[in-house]
This record gives sequence, C-alpha cells and structure tokens, in this order.
Amino acid sequence: MANDSKGMQWISHIFLAGFSLACLIPFVLLLVSSVSSESSIIQNGYSFFPEQFSFKAYEYLGSHWGELGRAYGITVFITVVGTAASLAMTSMLAYPMSRNDIPLKHFWAFLVFFTLLFNGGLVPSYLIYTQIFEIKNTIWALIIPGLLMNGFNVLLMRTYFMTSVPPALIEAAQIDGAGEIKAFYRIVLPLSAPILATIGLFEAILYWNDWFNGMTYVTDPELFSIQNILNRIISDIQFLSNNSNLSSSAASSAAELPSTSVRMAIAVIGVLPILIAYPFFQKYFIKGIAIGAVK
Amino acid sequence: MSSATKRWKRFVPLFCLMLPGLAYLIVNNYLPMFGIIIAFKDFNFSSGILGSDWVGFKNFEYLFKTSDAYVITRNTLLYNGFFIIVNTIGAIGLAVLLNEIRKKFFQRFYQSVIVLPHLISMVIVSYLVFALLSSDTGLLNKSILPLFGIEEISWYSSKEYWPYILTVVNIWKGIGFLSVVYLASIISIDTEYYEAATLDGASKWQQIRSITIPIIMPVITMMTLLSIGRIFYSDFGLFYQVPMDSGVLSDTTNVIDTYVYRALMNLGDIGMSSAAGVYQSVVGFALVILSNYAVRKFSKDNALF
Repeated sequence: MANDSKGMQWISHIFLAGFSLACLIPFVLLLVSSVSSESSIIQNGYSFFPEQFSFKAYEYLGSHWGELGRAYGITVFITVVGTAASLAMTSMLAYPMSRNDIPLKHFWAFLVFFTLLFNGGLVPSYLIYTQIFEIKNTIWALIIPGLLMNGFNVLLMRTYFMTSVPPALIEAAQIDGAGEIKAFYRIVLPLSAPILATIGLFEAILYWNDWFNGMTYVTDPELFSIQNILNRIISDIQFLSNNSNLSSSAASSAAELPSTSVRMAIAVIGVLPILIAYPFFQKYFIKGIAIGAVK
Repeated sequence: MSSATKRWKRFVPLFCLMLPGLAYLIVNNYLPMFGIIIAFKDFNFSSGILGSDWVGFKNFEYLFKTSDAYVITRNTLLYNGFFIIVNTIGAIGLAVLLNEIRKKFFQRFYQSVIVLPHLISMVIVSYLVFALLSSDTGLLNKSILPLFGIEEISWYSSKEYWPYILTVVNIWKGIGFLSVVYLASIISIDTEYYEAATLDGASKWQQIRSITIPIIMPVITMMTLLSIGRIFYSDFGLFYQVPMDSGVLSDTTNVIDTYVYRALMNLGDIGMSSAAGVYQSVVGFALVILSNYAVRKFSKDNALF
C-alpha cells in the first residue's frame, strides 16, 4: 500500500514535470533564437543550440527604440487607464445591485446577465463604434470596445458584496451621517480588496495582451500597442524599417535586417514583462481562476 | 404618491453610481443587439444603419448558397466539440495528478507553470508556433524531422496538418487553466472518504475511479454543458493568429468567427458578414438556453438561470 502511493507520486511527478517542460520549452526556443546569429538560423533553423550567438537582433530593435518605446507606452497607458476605469465602473454598477432594498433589483440583474447569453456580434459593434462614435484611430479604440466592463465580473463582484460586506456596517455608517456614496467608498470598497485585486489583475492581463481592438479599429502606426506591432511584424518584417522616423537610414537598416532573429527578439520583448512579473502575481492568478470557476 | 417618490429619491445616489456601467452596457452590448437588423438590410455607409433599405433574408440566402457556410459550420462544431472532449479529459487527468502531489511546493510550482500559457497573448503564441513550424527555419523541419529521415513539410501551406496543430496549441494554452478549475473542486472533497478507502485496502487508482471522479461529476457535467452552450463561438485568436491568416489553409482553419471578421474587414462585405454573425448569435443563443435547460434538469443549483 505504501508502495502504491509512492508509485503514484512518481507517476504524478513524471507527468507533471513533462507537461511543465512542454509549457516552458517554446519560450526557451524563442529566447535562444533571438540571440542566435542570422547565418546559423538560416543554416540550421531555430535551435536550442545555435552555432553562433549574436545580439544583432537586439541592436536592430534598439535602433528602433523610438517606435517600440512608444508602443510600450501605449500598452502601459491602456492597461493602467483601462483597468482603473474597469474596476470603477464594475464596482459602481455591482454595489447598488447587491443591495436588497434597491428598486428593480431583478431587472438590473437581468440586464447584466442577458449580455452574457446573447450578443449582436462583430458587425453591428464595429459599425456602431466606427460610424456613430467615430472611435477609429483614437486611443479610446484600444480601451473601450469589448474590454471595459464584463457582465460576468459585475455579477462576480455583486455576489462578493452581498456575501462579504455586512449590511449592518453600511447602516451604521449611514446612522453616523455618511451618504450612500461615502458609505460605498469608505466602507464597501476597503472591505472588498480581494475581489478588486482579482478582477483588476484579470482586466490588466486582458488589456496588456489585447491585439484585437488595435487590429480592428486602428490603422495609424503611432497608436499601435506592443501587441499590434508584434501582430504586424509577423507578416511584415520590414514594418519597423518602413515606419521608421529616420527615413534616411531606413534603406540601409533594411539591408542589414537580421530578419529571422528579429522576429524572435521582438516576441521576447513583447512577452518578457509578463514572464518577469508572473512569479509575483501567480498566486493571485491561480486563486482568481478558482474564484471565477465557482461563479 | 409622495412616499413613493421619497422612496425613489433615497436611491438617487445609488442610481448615479450605476450610470456609467449601464451606459457602457447600452453602447457595447444592447445597441449591437439591435444592430442585428443590419443583416436584413442592404447596408450602405451613406444611409447608415437605420436608413439603408430592407432586403429581408437576401443576405442569408447568399450566405447559405456558398460552400463557405457549410465549411465554417463544420469546422466550428468539429473543432470545438473535439476541444471540449480532449480538454476535459486532459484537465481532469492533470488535476488528479496535481492532487496526488504531496509536497505543497511542487504542487504550486506545477500549477504556476501549466497555467502560464494561458497568460500569453495569441500573437505571442503564433510566434512560438512559427519558431517550430516555419518551413525554412523551423525547429521541426530543420532539427526534428531529419532525425526520423522525414522530408521537410511546408506547414503553412498544407491544410491537412492544421486540425492537429490547432488542437495541440489549444491544449497547450488552455488545459492548465481548466485543470486548476477542476483541482479546486477535488481539493474540497472530504479527506475522510480517502482515509476510509485506504483502510479498506483500496488502491490509488480505485480511489480515483470510485471517489474522486464520482464526487466531481456534477462539476464536470456542468462545465461540459456550459462549453457545449458556447460551441458555436470559437477562440478567434487561435484560428486567426496561429495559422497566420493564411488563405491556403482556410478549408481547415476557417471558423464562423474568422469568416465574419474577414468578410467584414478584408472584403467589406457587410451583408455576408452580418448574416453569418446573426447566424452565430441566434444558434449560439439557442444552444446556451438548451444547455442551461439540461444543467437545470441535472442540478438546479448549478444552472445559470
């Protein structure tokens, strides 16, 4: 019997270690490829053991730091503004819905819930955002469509408010003369830090990773986020050179463009911040997945 | 009457709080729902959504006359159906294994690593796949296939491989996430069951089969029914980014979501794309309602509504 459980330990470790390796190894290939010399990639392909290392790809990206830095700035901006706005809107909608005494309680719940069951699809959304709200090629296009608030998060937060914020506390605050809004941000929000952190983390990841809005609503390279630059470069390796502000040197830099390794280097630049930050938030990420699962 | 107005007045601050969120739901969700009428119109930009002429079901007639309608429906259903089966079995397997790991450190480590792919954007994933599959420089063609004496394959123009490629990528990206969900329900099982079973001499395998799986069965059923409800919606990024929007592959990689996107953005064919979009919304809605009905019959507590 002891052997039985020991055997199970081994099997579990072997399987999980194997799958973990499969999860990590593509990133290793990406990293190694980005520092391989152009000639060794052309000869032997992307490899874990290149014949020759080279930082040419990063030098090339360094020479385009203007565009890349700008794209990073845009990604950081939409992530910060989008996440903050999303948390504010979600909690402000969820709190009144969580109150037992709110008029039309079931109507509000249905209004939010129905958006999870049915949607109009891409075409009406696209036409409404571009024709009526004229969002195309503005920074709002990267923040507002689809991402800003999610009915699921509203319901998740409403449940949290209902179960974890004692109504007695809110009543006590009101007896002390606090209005509804003051009670909301003085009492309810501070007591709800865990759910705010969880939803905030997931929203931030959503914004950081989003390429869809940029691909759909933005054609101006000045407004590209880092994901949009990545999205463009994979099909058009010359993209950075063509859009360079230093148009005089563009021709010369295109000639020596180490295109095979640059592809990988740019992906490394795109994914590295997440890989570096991940160990610090992985605990909350995993908890968040479990919270979302039990609705 | 005055007491009723008083009652409402008390809630004015709360309604004000709700305002931004409600406004967003109207703009982002409810207006597009009414925008479905576009599919029944001959849309042109100068007349706008309301001003364009009605054409009844013309757009749908055109759509279902094309062979595309069949291909995208088939692909969507087969891919997502297959994903549900493979991911569910795989994720439960992983969750059971994770639950067996005694050392908390390793359990946490494995969990963190296997959910990592879920955190990465599909654009990055398409680079990772490119590093493996590129015909001139990919790891597979240059290092792995030669080991087995197999000729180079031009992956990005051979459509027959893509069902396998997309399935592997989907598993790689999503299975860790799903296994954490299942692990959460396995962990909550009372350890007394296992202690009693161990006393009776049940092997690990017997315990898994007769305790773990039956107890989490409601969760499995619910998760599966919910995914079946969403079977008409695909992971757009997987089908658009990973095959690199390649037209040659469309027979095996085109799903409803990518079809709608291309018809709208590349061809500017609003009639076709909106018709396909409404087809997806309506059938998708019916499936959600049906699957919820099934969940309800099965366990009232787990139903969405």
